[in-house]
Amino acid sequence: MHTKTNILSLPEEELVYPGNRACAGCALGIAYRIGLKALGKNTIIVVPPSCLTVLQGLYPIAATKLPCLNVTFASTAAAATGLLGALKARNRKGINVVGWAGDGGTSDIGLQSLSGACERGDNFLFVCYDNEGYMNTGVQRSGTTPIGALTANTPIKGKLQRKKDVPAIMSAHRIPYVATCSAAYPLDLYDKIKKALTYEGVKYIHIHTPCPPGWGFEPRYAVKIGKLAVETGLYELYEVENSNVRLTGASEKLMEKRRLLPARDYFRAQGRFAILTDSQIEQQQQEVNARWEAYFNTTEDPDEDTPD
Amino acid sequence: MQIIESGNVAAALGVKLSRAQVIAAYPITPQTPLTEKLSEIIEAGDMTAEYIPVESEHSALAICIAASSAGARSFTATSANGLLYMHEQLHWASGARLPIVMCVVNRGVGAPWTVWNDHQDSMSQRDTGWIQIYANDHQQIIDSVIKAFALAEEVMIPVMVCYDGYLLSHTYMPFDIPEATLTDSFLPPYRPAYCLDPDEPANLNTVTLSDVRTDINGVKAHGYMEIRHLLQQDMLASMDAIERVDSRFKNIFGRGGSPFIESYRSDDARFIAVGIGSLSYHLRDVVDDLRDEGISVGVMSMQLYRPFPYQAVAKALKDCQGVIVFEKALSYGYQGPVCSDIKSALYHYVGPEGSRPFVLNYILGLGGREILTKDLYEGLKLSCTTKPSSPDKPRWIGLKL
Ligand SMILES: Cc1ncc(C[n+]2csc(CCOP(=O)(O)OP(=O)(O)O)c2C)c(N)n1
Ligand code: SF4
Repeated sequence: MHTKTNILSLPEEELVYPGNRACAGCALGIAYRIGLKALGKNTIIVVPPSCLTVLQGLYPIAATKLPCLNVTFASTAAAATGLLGALKARNRKGINVVGWAGDGGTSDIGLQSLSGACERGDNFLFVCYDNEGYMNTGVQRSGTTPIGALTANTPIKGKLQRKKDVPAIMSAHRIPYVATCSAAYPLDLYDKIKKALTYEGVKYIHIHTPCPPGWGFEPRYAVKIGKLAVETGLYELYEVENSNVRLTGASEKLMEKRRLLPARDYFRAQGRFAILTDSQIEQQQQEVNARWEAYFNTTEDPDEDTPD
Repeated sequence: MQIIESGNVAAALGVKLSRAQVIAAYPITPQTPLTEKLSEIIEAGDMTAEYIPVESEHSALAICIAASSAGARSFTATSANGLLYMHEQLHWASGARLPIVMCVVNRGVGAPWTVWNDHQDSMSQRDTGWIQIYANDHQQIIDSVIKAFALAEEVMIPVMVCYDGYLLSHTYMPFDIPEATLTDSFLPPYRPAYCLDPDEPANLNTVTLSDVRTDINGVKAHGYMEIRHLLQQDMLASMDAIERVDSRFKNIFGRGGSPFIESYRSDDARFIAVGIGSLSYHLRDVVDDLRDEGISVGVMSMQLYRPFPYQAVAKALKDCQGVIVFEKALSYGYQGPVCSDIKSALYHYVGPEGSRPFVLNYILGLGGREILTKDLYEGLKLSCTTKPSSPDKPRWIGLKL
């Protein structure tokens, strides 16, 4: 068992300056701040165009205290490989190389180069913060936008297709470590990044990152919405270590307690799901129930007497 | 040491002698034997470099961009659609001022598919802010690769070394391999002023505003336009660096001396044929025949296309009667790009009777269409002996409609 980080043991040093350019209530701000604490100073970050580019600041002012390479949209993972090559050539050891991209930059345009790096087994961490859309360009649909969500280019009917399961795609590459996180559970995120760094090869962390203007809720509710996604069972926190899947953190607790909040609580808290009908929500509830039933079957019911 | 080898091997040996540290490779004909050779050299332990077999050319240049930003000497090579696939990255590399060297083994671009030689691939990338050097033979290929690294690292602008697919890449010619000890003194290890390092954090290629902006200490920092202006200024100024690098190379290895243009029987010529790469040597044969017939004609090859050596070009051409530009590329809807550039270089040079040389354009050899000596001979002879009509419209050689 690895020890869990708590609020007291979190490093105090901030690597993201306060007052960056993200929107008020942006959950990426939480994830990035905590993530960089986990990565520490000995890190080089690669960033494609995204809200993170904006958060990082406008030349000549930068919001982070780490060296950062801004690259073209499709090339995050390949650039990370290039950094590794240079560090090796320069005999610089022990530096974390990290690609940190949005869901569009990961699941759509960046998928090819990420897949290539996974296949080569290059030694870096790839973090995808999933705000479920192209937010930087004004909230268009992406591969990871969930079904039913209104976006700037699915403005009337909502997105008609399902969310692309990127962590599953990453797992299929048999990379050593895949984890899902949520910005609403920053300590879990911290621990998973720490753990990821202990592995050789491409490590993949997928962070659910609520976005107030893009999802249609008040800035103060970013954490609440993030927690709802997990507590309704709609978004699972899990780890895939050397191909072994395991629910973690709040999702693990949910499995033990066998009690999901209604999916409707999550959908009705956000403007982007305004057109979902009760029966569509019910249909999604059925899907969540079926998925979680399978999880429940792998554990013992706490309400039933355990035989001696 | 003299050897007989292919143009692609000449390039690979140049990369080896240059001690490139990071090499990204993706196969495309006719470049493939070059990067295959490099993989063999590295796997055999004859060279220490990171060889990264990427999943696309876009990623190949991404690797070079990142590796160069982190202080490593970086190389890649491609052809045709591979180069076009890099287009966004080409601009990124020059905008970020990275001294990457890339060989472009020239091939026609699709559609329709062709694997054979013309110059449309690199010509269509002329505005990406890369220096473009063209080699005419195998010796020039290996020498240009070594010089390209020295040049790129001096001016912090990426360099393309272009040479003809098949005609040079796959043919065998004798050439001299420079001594490694001498190339090491010519090209010392790459030491950038800044490279990405946690000990000295910096945020590179950040979003930059239209106007200048002060930093946290109140010091003015450039806006986008200043950064771009400096690229243009440094690109123009790189012509001096190109001459310096070339003469330094000549002092050590005894080869070079004409980094901008190479002239053949041109001193007294009334007409000058212009060509790039192997075509310029082909034109030399034709010129020899025409000279035998008493026609005063020479050849100029463009060794450097960007920055455009407009002064050297104008000096070489302004006093002749006619310039005939043979091109394996086209700016569709107008004419060959080299022809347009030559005309513009000559614009300010008006002769005593208010005259300038006429400039004619021939398009030929697209997609590897065979260039017959007879056709070159007839086209050039006609252009030297008759008054040209509608000179702005390119004529086509070898067309079989
Ligand atoms: C090649 C290319 N295509 C399109 C764009 C425009 N673009 C910039 S950021 C962006 C959206 C990024 O979306 P995502 O990766 O999900 O990150 P987010 O903005 O949501 O944080 C797009 C489409 C671009 N910069 N480059
Ligand atoms: S649009 Fe959303 S993801 Fe982007 S900065 Fe604003 S809150 Fe954050």
